[in-house]
Amino acid sequence: MSEAAPPAIVLDKVNKWYGSMHVLRDVSLTVQARERVVVCGPSGSGKSTMIRCINRLESHQEGRIVVDGTELTDDLRALDTIRREVGMVFQSFNLFPHLTVLENCTLAPVWVRKTPRAEAEERAMDYLRRVRIPEQAHKFPGQLSGGQQQRVAIARALCMQPKIMLFDEPTSALDPEMIKEVLETMIELAETGMTMVCVTHEMGFARRVADRVVFMDRGEIVESNSPHEMFENPKTERLKLFLSQILRGH
Amino acid sequence: MRQSAVIRERPPAGSVGPVAWLRTHLFGSWWSTAVTLLLGYLLLRWGLGFVDWAVVNAIWSVPAGENGQPDATICRTAEPAGACWAVIGDKARFILFGRFPYESQWRPALCVAIFLALFGISASRRCWRRELLLIWTVALSAIGVLMWGGVLGLEFVPEDMWGGLPITLILATFGLAFAFPLSVLVALGRRATDLPAVKILCVLYVELIRGVPLVSLLFMASVMFPLFMPVGMNPDKLLRAQVAFILFAGAYLAEVVRGGLQALPKGQYEAADALGLSYWQKTGLIILPQALRLVIPPLVNTFIGFFKDTSLVLIIGILDLLTAGKVAMADPVWQGVGTEIYLFLGAIYFAFCFAMSKYSRRLERSFGRARNR
Ligand SMILES: Nc1ncnc2c1ncn2[C@@H]1O[C@H](COP(=O)(O)OP(=O)(O)OP(=O)(O)O)[C@@H](O)[C@H]1O
Ligand SMILES: [Mg+2]
Repeated sequence: MSEAAPPAIVLDKVNKWYGSMHVLRDVSLTVQARERVVVCGPSGSGKSTMIRCINRLESHQEGRIVVDGTELTDDLRALDTIRREVGMVFQSFNLFPHLTVLENCTLAPVWVRKTPRAEAEERAMDYLRRVRIPEQAHKFPGQLSGGQQQRVAIARALCMQPKIMLFDEPTSALDPEMIKEVLETMIELAETGMTMVCVTHEMGFARRVADRVVFMDRGEIVESNSPHEMFENPKTERLKLFLSQILRGH
Repeated sequence: MRQSAVIRERPPAGSVGPVAWLRTHLFGSWWSTAVTLLLGYLLLRWGLGFVDWAVVNAIWSVPAGENGQPDATICRTAEPAGACWAVIGDKARFILFGRFPYESQWRPALCVAIFLALFGISASRRCWRRELLLIWTVALSAIGVLMWGGVLGLEFVPEDMWGGLPITLILATFGLAFAFPLSVLVALGRRATDLPAVKILCVLYVELIRGVPLVSLLFMASVMFPLFMPVGMNPDKLLRAQVAFILFAGAYLAEVVRGGLQALPKGQYEAADALGLSYWQKTGLIILPQALRLVIPPLVNTFIGFFKDTSLVLIIGILDLLTAGKVAMADPVWQGVGTEIYLFLGAIYFAFCFAMSKYSRRLERSFGRARNR
């Protein structure tokens, strides 16, 4: 174990405050390469903040974050390296509305990775086929449904060929039918062995693909366990309460 | 069943077509009918009155007087009064080209043509490539050569002999061509929270320039600025006015651009960051293209206002289009005929401003088409 590949992500006693509000409290988490971690927890518990610290959309104030062997500091070069290797999918898709689907997917490879355009387009079409929307390549994001947009967003992130994928509630802005198509895409991605950290309340998805589920509450990681243990045998009152609430909601 | 469905494909008769439009929009109620009739009457009356003055009773030419000057007496004495278009025929070249040597006025005329061609080319989105920058450089150099001369066998013409439409176009074009990039940088600088010095500088610039009237800026440029310059270094008056304009327009445009930057959702910045784009890649590829599209209407609004503001150089004695018109009006030969010249000037300004406004709407539509369903 010790001689195996280094962990993909290490969070070591990470603390973060917004003003005087302590939103991450001593958060420690290690994600191994090819591991799939699902993060859940009540609203405002700091899930987004934690996942956004991993690619430094938010900066932490105490503790260490090491991604793919590079520690996150104010050093811009380290940041560039990490952002190339970490793809992110947002709740609100955040596609670039003035570019076509294909251009959305080729932009970063061409400008950041300096991939030749033809090659980038070929790869983009590849990924668009994988998320099953190659025929929409020349449309603009505004012409697609929410589910299609989110699948484009996944393809866009994959086009950078990242080692790690972060998902922040990728399905919570979608209607039920569309949730299914996006989850299927994510399951297929998980089966390719991608390292994934996914904030979601889709417990079916967690059971099916997660190696580990992490439960956060009030800025802390309260429990971390296999999905089966987590759902069948919650140890803390807070998790029990949370599970009963989301089960009632479904 | 089927047949009635087919029939219903057309809206009921009387709900479309010009008659229906008139009925709903102009004669919908007795009140709107009354307003329609009243406005129609007034329009007709004034319209006919104007046609009478401008066409029917107009005087198109005047005889030459004894000293070779035109004799405009009939314009002053004609009954009923009509427009004296002869003044335009006589003064058009002075108004358009100022005191530029008469035989060489083809040069400013060609400059105006180059400007128009440049605007035409730049308007088409197909031409928005790197080469366009080259075309602009070549065209503006050509304009410099044509106006100054002194090379290629062209007689040298100093700037204080320039005047009329080329001056207005030079001030406006150079002004906007420099002010616009400046404004984008200032708008970005104002949002650079991690570079406080840059931010403060940008805020100061915008607030200081916006806080004073353009007239006083022009005065400062023409009167005070030379005081600070070392002896012998005295940039030309036109250049100083040009710089004042660029700074002025830059401050206003910067606020418009900033409005566009503010309006973009945060997610766009985050998505660009998450993909690893650098600051300038993010700004140039994601943020500006969207932000500028959002602010086309206020941007063009500022452009138009600025185009007309070039006429304020009047107060520092530069002979732009409007000033040339006023000088022409002061000619004793044409005493009492001013309206015609104003109309002529108005028509020229209107043509440019209207073209800008039309163009901005076309641009908005062409961008809108790409984006929405
Ligand atoms: N930019 C910000 N400024 C100040 N407070 C913030 C900011 N972003 C988040 N917070 C606060 O930090 C806490 C954690 O927020 P976070 O978005 O991480 O929660 P979350 O677990 O993702 O919740 P949700 O399930 O609703 O997305 C919340 O109390 C939130 O109000
Ligand atoms: Mg969240």
